[in-house]
Formats: sequence, C-alpha cells, structure tokens
Amino acid sequence: MCDFINIIRRDLLLALHQGMDWVMVVMFFIIAVVLFPFGVGPEPNILARIAAGIIWVAALLASMLSLERLFQTDYEDGSLELLVLSPMALEWIVLAKVIAHWLTTGLPLILAAPLLAVLLNMNTDGFLMLIAALALGTPSLSLIGAVGAALVLGSRRGGVLLSLLILPLFIPVLIFGVGAVDAVIGGFEARAHMLILGGLMLGSLALCPWAAAAAVRQAVE
Amino acid sequence: MNDFSGKNLVCVRGERTVFQGLDFKLESGGALVLVGANGSGKSSLLRLMAGLLPPAEGTITWNGEDTTEDPESHGGRLHYVGHLDAVKPVLDVAENLAFWAGLRSGGAVMAALEAFGISHLADVPGRFLSAGQKRRVSLARIVVRPAPLWLLDEPTTALDKATIKRLEGTIARHRDGGGMVVISTHSDMGLDAFQMLDLGDFS
Repeated sequence: MCDFINIIRRDLLLALHQGMDWVMVVMFFIIAVVLFPFGVGPEPNILARIAAGIIWVAALLASMLSLERLFQTDYEDGSLELLVLSPMALEWIVLAKVIAHWLTTGLPLILAAPLLAVLLNMNTDGFLMLIAALALGTPSLSLIGAVGAALVLGSRRGGVLLSLLILPLFIPVLIFGVGAVDAVIGGFEARAHMLILGGLMLGSLALCPWAAAAAVRQAVE
Repeated sequence: MNDFSGKNLVCVRGERTVFQGLDFKLESGGALVLVGANGSGKSSLLRLMAGLLPPAEGTITWNGEDTTEDPESHGGRLHYVGHLDAVKPVLDVAENLAFWAGLRSGGAVMAALEAFGISHLADVPGRFLSAGQKRRVSLARIVVRPAPLWLLDEPTTALDKATIKRLEGTIARHRDGGGMVVISTHSDMGLDAFQMLDLGDFS
C-alpha cells in the first residue's frame, strides 16, 4: 500500500515538475469549447441545447492529449523495465499510474467544466449533474486510455494510433455522460444514466489494469 | 545457500535464434561473466534471467523453483542494471534513488550515493548529470536495498577507472555476503574466482 502511494506521489511530482502537461490539457479543453460559439453562432438557445455534448467531447479529446505520455517517458528512460521488475504486481503499478493521470487530467477538467457551462449558457439545473457525470465518467477514460497507451508503446506516431484505438471505446461514456445531463435539464430522472456510467467505471476498473499490464509486459520484452 | 540455474535455454528474437542449449548454474557467492561478440545475446540472456523476456524453451530456476511461476518474488530478489539508467531529468539524484528504494520498502539513500562517490550531487536534478554520473546513480540503486542476485548489463560503460574500482569492491562485498552476480562486459573487470560463459559457443 505504501508502495502504491509512493508511485502516485512520484507521478504527481513528475507531472508538476515537467512541461506543465496538465495546464496544457486544461487550456486545450477551454479553447476547444470556446471555439464552438464562433462556429455555431452566438444563438443562446442552440448553445444551451448542445452545451453538454460539446463539453463532453472536448473533455474526451483533452484527456487523450496526456494519455500518450502515461507510459512513454518511463518506457524511453528504462524506468518501465524496473517497474516491471519491482516486487509489486504490475497491475497495481498500472492502477497507481492511472490514478495519478486522473488527478492531473480528469480532476482539472471537472473543475473547469462549470465555467464553460456558464459560457455556453447551459441550463443551471444541469450544473451539478455535469460535475457528477464527469466525476463518474473521467476515471473510465483514464482506465481505458491506459490500455491504449500501453499498446502503442514503442510504435512511431503512437499518439495518432492511440486516438484511433481509444476514441471508439470512449463512445459509451460519452453517450451516457451527455444523456445524464440532458435528462436532468429536461426534467427527467438521471439515475439510469448514472448507474450505467458507474457500471462502466467499475467494469473498466476491473479489466483495464490487467489488460494494460499485459501490454506493458509485451512492450518491455 | 541459494541456487540460481538455467537449463537448455533457447532465446529467439524476431524469428532469429540468438542462442540455444545454454545451461548455467550459480550458487551463493558466485559470479558469472558473460562474454561474446555484439549480438551474441548477452543482454538477452540477462533479460531472460531477470524475467523481462520469457525463454522460448528451457527453464530458469531459483532454489529449484521456476522463476516464471512467481515473477513478483523473483523481481524482489534481483537488481537489474540495463543499458538505460532510469534517471528522471526533473527529479534530483536523492529523489530518483529514494523512489526506487521506496518501491522495495526503504533503504539508506545517502550511504548508497556515498558508495559510488556521488553524495555531493544529491540535490542536483537528473538533467544536469553526465553519462557517467547517471550510470553511478543507476548503480547506487543496487546497493540502496540488498537483494541476493545482481544482473549487470555492461555496468562499466561511461564509468571512469576510479569508479570501476569502487564497483569491483562493491561486487566483492556483495559476494562475501553470499550474493551472486551476473555481468556482461567487454572490458576486463577485477573479479576473483568467476565463471566465464562465452555466448558465441551457443549460437
């Protein structure tokens, strides 16, 4: 357990020290959302209607940005080999790295989302649900993304390949994430959507660390 | 008394058989030096021993137990130093070492740095280190926390003569304490009573 926290702390420290990756992710998220009113036109009703969808799609794309580096830097400098050889099971190590990734990507996105919802004139009834749905959905994005990040290790242009592999798998999270917010704004129960989002998260929590660990073992061979 | 041995090992890399029919046996206090031309499979054999690479055929055993059965405990009893130094550019030397020590439940960081003469670099970030200094950090990792088996892949690369002497001394103390070591090298190292394995014989 102590080792588990040790890895999270080290990844957070690295994220803080190097390149301000997480700031770029949040900036990308904000800029991508801000572009929509320019493209769609400043009609408040239209923007309010599509606000939840825009925020979710932008959040998916933004979380892709830093996924590529989840294992890549460790792979390049040899740390990944040593992590594989550590006495702790690789699945736990992968999970620790995913948690660190979520803390530096998912959490800032959740914090920035309400601001953008105001900008897009989203109905205020949906605000709390947007935050709740993102809180339940973004961990799945980091977990599923970790499998892709491990699979593309060692390949050239891994970033592009990663988006092709992973974005289709993000679709269920997107559908039910947007569905939950739209349901509340429309005056319906969002319980079913939230249950499915929770189910997706638990499912990926159970499967993804194993799949990603297998891919990492393959990569360091 | 520990026993680390491999029987009838075959290593295949990308359709090409690197070596076959290789046996080795190492007991507490033993040293095995791997020699052979470039591409003869020294690094591959070390990765096989570490468990990073599964053998195409044959078994590697620790006290009679197949190491692939329980890779985590095998990982816990060995230290591997590969070609890459695993030094993070943004963390300082002490932080780099403390992380690897912490992953194996603690150890004396400053004493390990002192063993390779880099304690004065403790608070210097990794990006300012020379190749030789990075290598010393990498080697300090093997003494920060004891483990019975050391697998060293060309450990003398980029090291100056004085540090090679320190490394020889460290290895001698490790073996006196019942540890074993496998080294691949092109340059002669001052080790006593070691076994030599020429990988050219198994191609």
